[in-house]
Amino acid sequence: MTAATASLPENALREVDYSQVDVARLIGELRAVLPPVALLHDSEDMRPYECDGLSIYRQVPLAVVLPGTEAEVAAVLKICHSVGVPVVARGAGTGLSGGALPHAHGVLLSLARMNKILNIDPLARTAVVQPGVRNLRISEEVAPHGLYYAPDPSSQIACSIGGNVAENAGGVHCLKYGLTVHNVLRIRGVTIDGEVVEIGNHGLDAPGYDLLALMHGSEGMLAVVTEITVKLTPKPQFAQCVLAAFDDVIKAGEAVAAVIAAGIIPAGLEMMDQPATAAVESFVHAGYPLDAAAILLCESDGTPEEVAEEIQRMCAVLESHGATEVRISRDEAERMRFWAGRKAAFPAAGRISADYYCMDGTIPRKRLGEMLTAIQGMEKTYSLRCINVFHAGDGNMHPLILFDANVPGELERAEEFGAAILDLSVDLGGTITGEHGVGIEKINQMCRQFNVAERQTFFRVKAAFDPKGLLNPGKAIPSMNRCAEFGRMHVQGGQVPHPEIERF
Amino acid sequence: MTDVEQTWAEQIREAAASKTPLRIRGGGSKDFYGQPLAGTVLDARAHRGVISHEPTELVVKVRAGTPLAELEAALLAEGQMLGFEPPHFGPDATVGGCVAAGLSGPRRATAGAVRDFMLGVTLLDGRGNRLHFGGEVMKNVAGYDVARLMTGSLGTLGVLLDVSIKVLPLPVAEATLRFEMDALEAVAQMNRWGGQPLPVSATSWMAGVLTVRLSGAEAAVTAACARLGGDRLSEQAARAHWQGLREQSQGFFGGEAPLWRLSVPSVAEATGLAGSQLIEWGGAQRWVRTEQDAASVRARAAVLGGHATLFRGADKSVGAFHPLPPALRSIHQRLKHSFDPDGILNPGRLYDGL
Repeated sequence: MTAATASLPENALREVDYSQVDVARLIGELRAVLPPVALLHDSEDMRPYECDGLSIYRQVPLAVVLPGTEAEVAAVLKICHSVGVPVVARGAGTGLSGGALPHAHGVLLSLARMNKILNIDPLARTAVVQPGVRNLRISEEVAPHGLYYAPDPSSQIACSIGGNVAENAGGVHCLKYGLTVHNVLRIRGVTIDGEVVEIGNHGLDAPGYDLLALMHGSEGMLAVVTEITVKLTPKPQFAQCVLAAFDDVIKAGEAVAAVIAAGIIPAGLEMMDQPATAAVESFVHAGYPLDAAAILLCESDGTPEEVAEEIQRMCAVLESHGATEVRISRDEAERMRFWAGRKAAFPAAGRISADYYCMDGTIPRKRLGEMLTAIQGMEKTYSLRCINVFHAGDGNMHPLILFDANVPGELERAEEFGAAILDLSVDLGGTITGEHGVGIEKINQMCRQFNVAERQTFFRVKAAFDPKGLLNPGKAIPSMNRCAEFGRMHVQGGQVPHPEIERF
Repeated sequence: MTDVEQTWAEQIREAAASKTPLRIRGGGSKDFYGQPLAGTVLDARAHRGVISHEPTELVVKVRAGTPLAELEAALLAEGQMLGFEPPHFGPDATVGGCVAAGLSGPRRATAGAVRDFMLGVTLLDGRGNRLHFGGEVMKNVAGYDVARLMTGSLGTLGVLLDVSIKVLPLPVAEATLRFEMDALEAVAQMNRWGGQPLPVSATSWMAGVLTVRLSGAEAAVTAACARLGGDRLSEQAARAHWQGLREQSQGFFGGEAPLWRLSVPSVAEATGLAGSQLIEWGGAQRWVRTEQDAASVRARAAVLGGHATLFRGADKSVGAFHPLPPALRSIHQRLKHSFDPDGILNPGRLYDGL
């Protein structure tokens, strides 16, 4: 070991082998603290938990626990800590990066039973909820007060708020209303040693380091969340959406920049390319123009006066930037129809292809043209089709690579295609994941986005919460050994990447 | 690495080897903030200038030693602003100091705090490693959010080299209205307005007067003015009011009595502390000038569900910041150790032993 690695936890160097876990002791101890309904260890019973929304990765854990209270969560964690067993927390299992993929020698901790809304304070505009509460349910419950919970990931009907915190979920309205990290005031959680911690409070800040920010997007690697206070937002009185068609995707991208340059922050700003438009149109009949190379959806919300003013300004910008057609939603039904197409993009992909693989890179918006041109080239290289939907306002792209897992070689080509998109995202000054998380899916690309000192910092941050590295090991942050292996597969020009680190 | 970065990295390594504290300093405008200063000065102003500003991407990347006023002028020229309306507390304030102090101004309750606008950071840690986290894009969940962690860390985790910040367009229209009412009613009113789709961008209450600022589309501001009533301030008077609050140049902040900042839930009842008070952020920030002892101020803040900072005061021996519960204190200590194993970066500025 060199001086540089001397203070690193073992898991930073290589993935730890947990195969020698004392399973009988583990199950025995768990049985003592959980009701029978909350402990599964028969492999058939555990089958529903073997994957999350990224089903190409599957693994049955040693046991599944479904605690109903914070005390049970703490008891489970204490046991796992003392036995030395990995713990993977899971919300609704809708994640798209394999973050909740079970560990073969670990416990899967489902928070699905902790699904109560504990308190709603309309005057303070806060709701205290358990992690298993579905995202959309919060907005439904607080609607009578004229309020809603702003982040709206497209899986909001099913995804849980605890999972939203773990991934720092976004949605189509986050340019204006923020991500999960901007809409959570306080988290209660349990660290791996069973200690309850309260991070943040019902005010607007907390003393000390911003641990609340660290918890968001931490993919269940720092603590298990047991209670969340979310900020509620007044429902806009009125919303209207503009649908603009373009005969060229680059022009559409320039129009997006022009809208922002005009000082407008749209409530939503989405782009779809022609293949994506065609796929959803045949599915939901949103009335999208099929001859357009790209369409933009640009939404304004606020008071009726405000919306009228903003829509007028948006239309002027879109028209002067080459829109071939501009439609303004005439009523709420039409607005919903405009959005129905965009929100149905993923299922629509599932309809035209046996399988699809959804990417999540974010790039500076001005590099959009380069990315789309490169993707067209990759379609030829990998002989697979790709349709593009795009949170244009914030540069977050969701290319959907279409493939058929039953055709030998297609899954592998889809994964290589995806990896090439992520590599390019990094090269264009962006990131490999905007809102889906790294999980297991993009862990190798982390070696490209971060250098060895940065990855070591991540492991040290993790160790500040979880010194033994038992929470979700092997996810999100690659060990040095893994990056060395990954680098070996990508040796270019005879140069070994990371010559500075030890090989094991 | 640039020459300056190289020099600093070496300075940090030497300081670490000899366990000599470094005091990271920008313009010194916030030297009063936090706990007592110690160590050899590392003057962050040597590393300055806007690296890139892409108005259409809503992002600015700027070196940490850049004067805050210079950055704000560059943004203004493009019709943009820092959404968190940071206090300068002096003409020499730097961007790095603004981020490290993590202080936000009147717009905080509705637009967000410094941390909400942080997208990326490059820093030197206590080992002299140059590290980059986050980026220049709005959405990024690759790795832990170290960029936001830097806000408010008072230089105890690293020397900031550059930061990427989300910026906002200037509002098209603004208006400031005044109402006479007592503190209790003012807090209730701030919360009621907060729950309605009104373009409120700042609120304050002091000495029987509630002041509210509306910002947004022309039509929205006009409609809200008509609906809320009150007395509308002239543009000049409005600017003076919000600037006086942000910079703490107005009368309330003068004098010698210790200045406490209570951060509490917006609906919290009256602080009940002896002395005068000024309320901001829709009720969530309460400034109190009081000679009451620290323990009772902090106990009261905790009962209200928040925390208390001794913002300005001659005697900081009681601790500038609210004590942390043991479990969080351990996490803080381990985080500090992970970034700065030899404890040389602004030691003690945030908490004793950190």
